[in-house]
Amino acid sequence: MLAKRTLWGVFAIVMTGIVFVTPFIFIMLTASKPLAESNLLQFSWPSHFQLFQNLQEAIAARDFMMLGAFFNSIMLTVVSVTLLVILGAMVGWIWQRRPGKLSKVVNVIVIAGLTLPPAVVPTIWVLQSMGLFKTMSGLILVEIAFGLPFCIILFRAFISTIPREIDEAAIMDGAGAIRLFFQVIFPMLRSVVVTVIILQTVTIYNDFENPLYFLPGAGNETVQTALFNFKSQFLTQYNLLFASVLIIIIPPLIMFILFNRKIVDGMTAGALKG
Amino acid sequence: MRARGSAGVGASAATRRHLRSYPLWFYLIPLAIFTMFLVVPTIASFYFSFTRWDLFTSEWIGLRNYQMFLSEPSLLSSARNTIVFAFVTTTLKVVLGFALALVLTSGIIARGYLRSVIFFPVLVSTIGVGLTFSVLMDPERGIINRALGAIGVDGPGWLTDPSLALLSVAAVDVWRGVGFATVIFIAGIVSIPREYYEAAKIDGATGLQVITQIIIPLAKPATITVIILALTGGLRSFDLIWAMTGGGPGFASDVLASAVYKQYQAGFYGLSTAGSVVLFLLVMVIVLPLNWWLNRGDDDAR
Repeated sequence: MLAKRTLWGVFAIVMTGIVFVTPFIFIMLTASKPLAESNLLQFSWPSHFQLFQNLQEAIAARDFMMLGAFFNSIMLTVVSVTLLVILGAMVGWIWQRRPGKLSKVVNVIVIAGLTLPPAVVPTIWVLQSMGLFKTMSGLILVEIAFGLPFCIILFRAFISTIPREIDEAAIMDGAGAIRLFFQVIFPMLRSVVVTVIILQTVTIYNDFENPLYFLPGAGNETVQTALFNFKSQFLTQYNLLFASVLIIIIPPLIMFILFNRKIVDGMTAGALKG
Repeated sequence: MRARGSAGVGASAATRRHLRSYPLWFYLIPLAIFTMFLVVPTIASFYFSFTRWDLFTSEWIGLRNYQMFLSEPSLLSSARNTIVFAFVTTTLKVVLGFALALVLTSGIIARGYLRSVIFFPVLVSTIGVGLTFSVLMDPERGIINRALGAIGVDGPGWLTDPSLALLSVAAVDVWRGVGFATVIFIAGIVSIPREYYEAAKIDGATGLQVITQIIIPLAKPATITVIILALTGGLRSFDLIWAMTGGGPGFASDVLASAVYKQYQAGFYGLSTAGSVVLFLLVMVIVLPLNWWLNRGDDDAR
């Protein structure tokens, strides 16, 4: 029995290795190769290992476009995620604590927001009329609108585990709504706040379609749109193309190594509750 | 509720104080953002899809954009491809995700490692995945066809053969997304109470019977979640297709989302918006009834 299990395990490790790990090893190997060798697209050990030189060149390409892109991506991610956490927690709290007709309406809105595809060009039209098209603020507002439903669901589910007595004790002490929320409730949400931050950071950092539509133009690239541009730029420089891919994969990889369990649990919880 | 009947005045004062502690204006900013950037564009899309439009002026042209969608082969095929792509990826994610979840809950060795390896692609940039696989799938030099060549199989042009391109991208989408389906199935399977397995063991059920009689029916909520998420994601899919084929060769792998982008780039904003509306209706027509049908009878069960 034990032998059979081990055999199965080894088989599974080999199979998943071939299917899921090979592409990442290929990225690493190609990013480490000299130019001519990388263009052969072979799965082979580099004859000359020059990963750091390639990374440097990829970063310096097109007048350090990658650095600007990282700045934009970090800005977009940090501001959007911060606002998503605060707004999502506020809605989740009221939604959970005030049952009734209105909460059913919120439910419909949240489900619609999770399911229905947005209308892109009319969104540009709205942004344009507010003077927010091709601006970071405009893109941030769009990311918030698209990300809120999922955050609200996670917050509501967590808040339902916090006893109402805690609210009532604070109300008895004379706390108003703002103090009750920010000083009593919000600090108790720490664990779900971490989950929301991690999940939304990965989502917004990896987003390609929204920056493509709502923040076009030179100098406005996020890392994903910059990587897409490199596709044509590095058509004959596969070592630099894959060095760029590698650089862009590293932040989520670090997050995954640090928060593996939290990410998986958070995504499952959000999905099953939605 | 009982308190209100016995001590009317005090209770209503308490309720009022209670409601004041949960003010509705907390909804205000999120609702404003949601209305501005989701509700208004969606409503506006229905109007603008009947116009010739350049963001500033619009001219009513009736059903012309929709007629265009039905008569132009490349646009019509993008609608068909959207459905094919969504159903192929959803089916594979359900089947493979369930199989992988069974393996990973069976007490196999290296569970944590296997789950991590299968799940990690979910977090990787779609563009990065797309660029990598378009190189791996290169007809002559790509390692997939080299590996096939080594065992004497003449590998096809995965992304260059018009009849294969869409399915190749679908395969990569499954590669990227199956880990998410797997962890949802795992959550569903481990939440099944142990007693069921023990009872099955006493009754002498075979492994296959345990799967079909216990796991599949009791993991139904997880299955529904995977189907709905995969289907909505699949119908809206854009990034991976755009990174791998750009809708090509020709229009062979164009889906609605990529057709919408192409028409937008070409300046046909009304036509592009008609594409968004078609996609919107497609999701409504497929996902909402399916969701209702999958969840039917659930309320009685609970």
